[in-house]
Amino acid sequence: MSTVAEFSIEHHQFLNEDNELSPSAPPFAKDFTQLIGLYGIMVLTRLFDGKAVNMQRVGKMGTFPSSYGQEAVFAAIGHCMTADDVLCPYYRDYAAMLQRGVKMSEILNYWGGDERGSNYQAGIEDFPLCVPIATQCLHATGVAFAFKHRSEPRVSLATLGDGATSKGDFYEALNLAGDWQLPTVFVVNNNQWAISVPRSIQTGAETLAQKGIAAGMPVVQVDGNDIIAMVHVLNEAMERARSGKGPTLIEAVTFRLCDHTTADDAKRYIPQDEYDEAKLKEPILRLRNYLHSNGQWDENKEKALLDKCKSDVESSVQEYLATPLQAASDLFDYLYEELPESLSEQRQEALEFAQTQGAAHE
Amino acid sequence: MSEITLIEAVDQALAYELANDEDVVLMGEDIGKNGGVFRATEGLSERFPGRVLDTPLAESMIAGAAVGMAAQGLKPVAEIQFMGFIYSAVDQIICHAARLRNRTRGRLTCPLVIRAPFGGGIHAPEHHSESTEALFAHIPGLRVVIPSSPARAYGLLLAAIRDPDPVIFLEPKRIYRMVKQNVPDSGKALPLDQCFILREGSDITLVTWGAMVHETLRVANQLADQGIEAEVIDVATVKPLDMQTILQSIQKTGRCVIIHEAARHCGVGAEIAANLAEKALTSLFAPVQRVTGYDTIMPYFKMEKHYMPSEARIRRAVMDVMEYA
Repeated sequence: MSTVAEFSIEHHQFLNEDNELSPSAPPFAKDFTQLIGLYGIMVLTRLFDGKAVNMQRVGKMGTFPSSYGQEAVFAAIGHCMTADDVLCPYYRDYAAMLQRGVKMSEILNYWGGDERGSNYQAGIEDFPLCVPIATQCLHATGVAFAFKHRSEPRVSLATLGDGATSKGDFYEALNLAGDWQLPTVFVVNNNQWAISVPRSIQTGAETLAQKGIAAGMPVVQVDGNDIIAMVHVLNEAMERARSGKGPTLIEAVTFRLCDHTTADDAKRYIPQDEYDEAKLKEPILRLRNYLHSNGQWDENKEKALLDKCKSDVESSVQEYLATPLQAASDLFDYLYEELPESLSEQRQEALEFAQTQGAAHE
Repeated sequence: MSEITLIEAVDQALAYELANDEDVVLMGEDIGKNGGVFRATEGLSERFPGRVLDTPLAESMIAGAAVGMAAQGLKPVAEIQFMGFIYSAVDQIICHAARLRNRTRGRLTCPLVIRAPFGGGIHAPEHHSESTEALFAHIPGLRVVIPSSPARAYGLLLAAIRDPDPVIFLEPKRIYRMVKQNVPDSGKALPLDQCFILREGSDITLVTWGAMVHETLRVANQLADQGIEAEVIDVATVKPLDMQTILQSIQKTGRCVIIHEAARHCGVGAEIAANLAEKALTSLFAPVQRVTGYDTIMPYFKMEKHYMPSEARIRRAVMDVMEYA
């Protein structure tokens, strides 16, 4: 018998929940301008999230998945991507999307039942939010192939949850990315819960990161509540992809401190003690304590930030609520570049029906 | 100029478009050095290095990666080796390819083609002979195109690649090498979303597509000996459907038989018949008849000729319709 291959999984954490910074932390740990910027995005995301959930409760928003407690993962992603890169998100990526220029009112429109919410005005080529689990991983490989094919130094990045790592599309995407050495990065937000199914019974694998090893790519596990570690591993992965050295799988360990969506009640299945313990590790509190203890943050700054974020969220909500309905013809006009002749009759029918309905309301 | 088969016409169209549009990329299983299991990509990986991609064996991956490429402005032409293996790619086709333009309000588009050989009659193993075009014809945002001759394979495939939206291009493999035609490599596309009238006639309209076009034409020619002039329509694009051409023909003939190899229930023939019931009832002299595969599982090859519409079954349906009082 001989051993033909051996593997190990590294775990990165620089700033722990007790506000202790590891001596091996990268210089970025002392770049307070950047860290304060990231803190601002995370706080904005949390307020936005909370507002969206509240709007759903009062009937002004459709089903909404919050990213509460997982903001650092996506704040780091948005921070480490360049405008030319392409994000293939799943559906808790707000902190990344906001940094990429997606407007809060666009996200609200998407979950508020309006397709125009994915017609981002920021000029980015990002995919819209992706509901069918893990399918976005394959889009990221196709996008990355296009970059490589054209010799463009761009990177695609797909995000997914822990449940998604059980899906075929995830494995197929990893396999292709490893095989073709594509410039792509996969980030698993391992928030421990796929709706009600805990990580412990999702897979027999010790880590989710190791799933990338079989596909022939570097993998790493990271404390997803430690923004410093997140930025560090992402920068390495993005640089590796951009310089032609292929894909990376990152497993970011977090905890879903929220319901799966507003249609879910996590109290039915998440044990209270487990939740309470996880809450002590959450990323915003951790970064605030760190900034405080380094003399970079105080209550005045906190209040000013909260006021600014609340005001931004509020104006986005107003913009969303003031969005006029689409025309009935919009059902038809984006199906194909040109409407097939066979659909013109149905389009006319929809328009005429809409007019009668409109008249009835008036 | 020599005459070529349908499969050679596919190869010729792919080569033409690879040479003339640098955004075109072919991908699929065994399409590189091997030239595809049916040789649709024969010689192309040598002529166009880096653009004819042997992929890992994973159909959802082929479709999903093609969506990503297409969103970036490439024009991927993906081969699914047999239609029986396309089902693991259906999630990507329905949930993403068909919807990308609509769900981004035109910000991202999906100009891809998925080619797949389909249909029975070549004594193939299980899962290699079904005709399930109706699955895709049901999906808004897709085009479903089926050629029935070398010339139409060439012209329609060029049109499919140039189309800015996703096209499912189903190749009737029973006729891959059945007929030869002179197909000039002119780069000239044929129109999508249009039926082709292959034979004019005033007594009855025979509506069909794919390999069944050939049985139908033979029956039509035999009927002429009996003084019955059948109009034969090759639907070619089964989604979206060009009902205008079919309706105009029915207004002339008043009689219609629809012939397809796929199972009858919710087949594309049902949609055509429903349209005729809605829009041509007063033009019809007889009930519309369908000659189709049965609503059974496609049998293994020893019994496949009992499943597939034959000339005899078509002739009997035509005579029933002609004799209807």
